[in-house]
Amino acid sequence: MQELHTYTPHSRIRRILGPLFAIACVLATFSGVVVLSILLGSVLSTGLGHQAGRPWYHLPQNAWDLGQLLLSLATKTPGESAQTTGFRVGVVSSLWLLGLVTLFAVPVGLGAAVYLEEYVRPGRFKAVVQTNIANLAGVPSIVYGILGLTLFVRGFGFKPFALGYSIWSGALTLSLLVLPVIIIAAQEAIRAVPTTYRQAALALGATRWQTVRDHVLPAALPGIMTGLILSLSRAIGETAPVLMVTQASSLLNPPRGPGDQYVPLPLEIYNYAKYPDPADQTLAAGGILLLLVLLISMNAVAIVIRNRSGRLNRN
Amino acid sequence: MSTVPPPGRETPSRGPSSRETVSLSDPVIETRDLNVWYGSSPALKQINLSVPRNKITAVIGPSGCGKSTLLRCFNRMNDLVATTRMTGVILFDGENINGPETDAVSLRRRVGMVFQRPNPFPKTIYENVAWGARINGYQGDMDELVESSLRRAALWDEVKSKLNQSGLSLSGGQQQRLCIARTLAVQPEVILMDEPCSALDPISTRSVEDLMDELKRDYTIIIVTHNMQQARRASDMTVCMLLDDSVSQENHRTGVIAEYSSTEKLFTTPSDPRTEAYITGRIG
Repeated sequence: MQELHTYTPHSRIRRILGPLFAIACVLATFSGVVVLSILLGSVLSTGLGHQAGRPWYHLPQNAWDLGQLLLSLATKTPGESAQTTGFRVGVVSSLWLLGLVTLFAVPVGLGAAVYLEEYVRPGRFKAVVQTNIANLAGVPSIVYGILGLTLFVRGFGFKPFALGYSIWSGALTLSLLVLPVIIIAAQEAIRAVPTTYRQAALALGATRWQTVRDHVLPAALPGIMTGLILSLSRAIGETAPVLMVTQASSLLNPPRGPGDQYVPLPLEIYNYAKYPDPADQTLAAGGILLLLVLLISMNAVAIVIRNRSGRLNRN
Repeated sequence: MSTVPPPGRETPSRGPSSRETVSLSDPVIETRDLNVWYGSSPALKQINLSVPRNKITAVIGPSGCGKSTLLRCFNRMNDLVATTRMTGVILFDGENINGPETDAVSLRRRVGMVFQRPNPFPKTIYENVAWGARINGYQGDMDELVESSLRRAALWDEVKSKLNQSGLSLSGGQQQRLCIARTLAVQPEVILMDEPCSALDPISTRSVEDLMDELKRDYTIIIVTHNMQQARRASDMTVCMLLDDSVSQENHRTGVIAEYSSTEKLFTTPSDPRTEAYITGRIG
């Protein structure tokens, strides 16, 4: 005898639960956006607000004025008071770091990703290396700072290898910090390139290198760029590891070469924000704005490159 | 299902006998006792085959019997699968292609391949054709080569005004002919086609078949196909492959050659009862 089953559809509960879930998702999305806008709003009003005791900044009338204000903030060297000071040292230091980190980390990261995706056969070796890289991506940045101090600043105690508290040390330390993220992002992008391109290229008598150079990397470029920009933004914004590998807390003149001492922008911001004087805190907020402008322009560059390279992929 | 008893049980190793069927004086590709394994499971068993020059040779057979595996032996694309293992000999123009003096990269220029799904590069039509020639160090006039390759692939008239558009903007049939043009541009001797029409509509299929007939004057073509009508229409010789029931299991299927003869003979008077069962649709 077959048992007779009845359905208990709970239609009312389901009708409520469905939209509830959707609302929860919406809230989750906007919590991030809302926090970000509050943050930006407060920085903007602190940095640009016309308030007594902060005479240096006045609310700009238009975009041109705002540009002028940021420009003077970016180009002035430290003066006697908050009104006459600027972030030239920080901007120049950070640009040096950005350039050198790009120079070190990008080729090495891409090379490692290509090797792991295109050359290594799956097996224990690959698994071990892969796990290590994934773990390195999660190591706290201050640990990289300590590593950089030992390895680059002091050269493990060997004088000839010690780079001192120079931009070299900072850039190398930050390169180590961002390498795992670059490798992992590039690997994902390379893996997403259809195998059919590789097969087609190899079947024409191409070597692996020619295949990677002309087909795999160009097709993976948008994904690689995203990872690169995220990593480089992180390198620019990091403060903790830099604290370990820089000596000066403020400099009068910007570095003139990679062997000089440096104070990157985030560290200058940190220093000004520590002072009790509201004028200094205003200055810190201005520095944050500069940092944001720098990061947003980097993202813009990434988007442009991504759109350019995606052109032929579409019909 | 059929009432025919499982074929091949009584005569388990019929593979080697296929050599006697066809003997050629000047084969382009010849295999001797070729066996291929993926990991520990045999994929091809005792393949003996002589592929005639400037003819179209079709390889037919049920799914999973190793047709594509066999094809990919000829340009060593199986090298790319780490677990592949091979015994026996494959001769291309009398040279052992797995020998130490043969370089897989230069072999693949001489033995071109067209894939199951059209896979043009995400580059311009021009670049799709020119790339292979360039990386192989082509010295002549590139514009001329692109034009002649596209003409030979019967695509020139359709694309001559839009050579700078993406290869992916073409229709499926055009894309497949672009892939053929790309292969022709590196001037191979043999063209391997792995079910080149399976993703195409009948009209595009027709255009590719016409093209094959045109190309066989200068090239040797080996085509894997699921479509028996296509094999019958388009090919001169036909290899019928089947699963070797004595070794094949659930996940380990092993292919053998059931019969190899002229297309005419294979489809009208097959000598192997299993071939007959396959081509009449009773097995496979």
